[in-house]
Amino acid sequence: MTTAAATTIKARQRPGDRIFSSATVISGSLILAVLAAVAIFLLVESLPAFVAAPDEFSGDITNFWSYVGPLVFGTIYSAILALLMAVPVAIGIALFISHFAPRKLAQGLGYLVDLLAAVPSVVFGLWGIGVLAPLVQPFYTTIVDWFGWFTPFAGPASGTGRTIFTVAIVLAVMVLPIITAICREIFLQTPLLHEEAALALGATRWEMIRMAVLPFGLPGIISASMLGLGRALGETMAVAMVLSPSPEVIFQLLTAQNSNTIAANIALNFPEAHGVGVNILLATGLVLFVVTLLVNMLARVIINSRKAFSGAN
Amino acid sequence: MSSVLEASPLTNSLTAGKLPRRSSLWVLLASWAVSAAVFAMLYLSGAVEGFNIVGTVVFGTVLYCVAIYVLSRLVEGSRKAKDRLMTALVTAAFIIALLPLISIIYTTVVNGLPAFLTPTFFTSSQRNVVGAGGGVLHAVIGTLLVTGMATLVSVPIGLLASIYLVEYGRGRLAKAITFFVDVMTGIPSIVAGLFAFALFALLFDDPGIRFGFGGAIALSVLMIPVVVRSSEEMLKLVPNELREAAFALGVPKWLTILKVVLPTSMAGIVTGVMLAIARVIGETAPLLIIAGFTASMNYDLFSERMMTLPVFVYTQYANQGADSQAFIDRAWAGALTLILIVMLLNGLARLIAYWFSPKLGR
Repeated sequence: MTTAAATTIKARQRPGDRIFSSATVISGSLILAVLAAVAIFLLVESLPAFVAAPDEFSGDITNFWSYVGPLVFGTIYSAILALLMAVPVAIGIALFISHFAPRKLAQGLGYLVDLLAAVPSVVFGLWGIGVLAPLVQPFYTTIVDWFGWFTPFAGPASGTGRTIFTVAIVLAVMVLPIITAICREIFLQTPLLHEEAALALGATRWEMIRMAVLPFGLPGIISASMLGLGRALGETMAVAMVLSPSPEVIFQLLTAQNSNTIAANIALNFPEAHGVGVNILLATGLVLFVVTLLVNMLARVIINSRKAFSGAN
Repeated sequence: MSSVLEASPLTNSLTAGKLPRRSSLWVLLASWAVSAAVFAMLYLSGAVEGFNIVGTVVFGTVLYCVAIYVLSRLVEGSRKAKDRLMTALVTAAFIIALLPLISIIYTTVVNGLPAFLTPTFFTSSQRNVVGAGGGVLHAVIGTLLVTGMATLVSVPIGLLASIYLVEYGRGRLAKAITFFVDVMTGIPSIVAGLFAFALFALLFDDPGIRFGFGGAIALSVLMIPVVVRSSEEMLKLVPNELREAAFALGVPKWLTILKVVLPTSMAGIVTGVMLAIARVIGETAPLLIIAGFTASMNYDLFSERMMTLPVFVYTQYANQGADSQAFIDRAWAGALTLILIVMLLNGLARLIAYWFSPKLGR
């Protein structure tokens, strides 16, 4: 390719070539068009919501922004909580598969974690409400009794366990596979020479991981977490089924009153919505789209900048 | 010579100052035994009802972490102790991740089997059913139609786009497509449903529109990026020598792609498509919004509401009738059906990849 500039040979353009290559170009551009269409159609359909009259909203909410505010809070709050639980465990799993498990078992164990990603979200919802919520409820009562002076743990404890903390646990389980998969890939890319150098200097396995693997994988861990964040922000059914919602900003984790998330709020109210109500829900969807788009784009930029370095080995 | 050897100390300098070989295993078993003993005593003294197996394992594992750290610190020093502690924690993290998986599969099978095994479950719909009985036929048909249509829409687009990225794409357009395909994989599923709704509500001027084809479009939005990514990876694996050999024989580029590149990577592409189907077949939110729900059969993608399996599970749970147990049973049975389909697709995809992948040198 280096000398191609001087002696480029132009292949004869056959009709088949033209048709085929334009078909591929159109398909590729169609993807960009779809993404643009998502933004445009959502924007057009949600315009009436921004100027909706105060009586279109339930309760004492008067405009769109005070309606969407608590929902945005609930979405971000539950997603961050889920990440706080999921990221350390995911790093642990990824390290286990990449550096601790026996080589022959490693791939099979990877599939096992991937199976979690294959479970549909509605099943996670059923499980959260049927198994997890009753399981953790007694712990909530104890935590409220002992640590109630700390605002997030203030009471009264929910009697059903259907709190934002339970939701965060379910979300954490759901985003585990994606964070694990990316971390695993990155950890496996650690230059072998760095690892062997650390071991040769007498480092234990954990010291080798801390000095060679983790610094190398840090950008990967950050972007994996952000992709997990994007997943957790947009997760709908599990939240809609497990959470017992209320339309305010609430910091308490363990009470029966919890801020709802955007996605769950849409799923719960859309089937019965009509008139401007539909537009209001579409507008909240637009807000969610913009937030997740920004998070995902940031994550991808970080991952892509990583690629430049990985040629080092 | 031999006298010198006999005079040397009996300890091996390589293993001196270290715990015996299998010590971590024994310490683990000992901690579990101690923890079991504690919980057994609690049970026998009547303080708690039932022997708590989960508590035993969790408490035993925590005990192990402490014990191995202290032991190793005394014998091997703080660095090795930290290493052993982290090994225990990392392994524990992996086990923790498996617990929900096992729990989900177990509860779904146990709760789902009774209704799953009723004879009408796969032969009738929910029409005119108020209590127990009825089936998921309408939902299974709906899922097959909607997912099939989504596959028909997204596979050609996704495959052609990936061919563009690998075979033709240079410069800014290719970079933009790669970037936004990655970004698109992160679109929340409910936003895809809202998009399909907004699109068709505007097109047909019907603010309450619900039909199956809209669901297929919503699923395509979610499926296309997955298909593009997996096909792209597979096409990249085709050796350049094959392409160059075809070009050298005077084969046009499009025929090279159709007759050489695609057949070579077909197994991988099929695997990717099946994994993509497995991913979208469990989507609930977009179908709830644009395909709606119904209790009757509907074979027509282009008119009326259409039930799908995930939405069936959700509505059975959310809109329980007077005999609520029947509804919950059906929800779990629907979940079991769904999990079986997804696992089947996943397994099949892995088998295809295993059987038909080009054999690499070892």
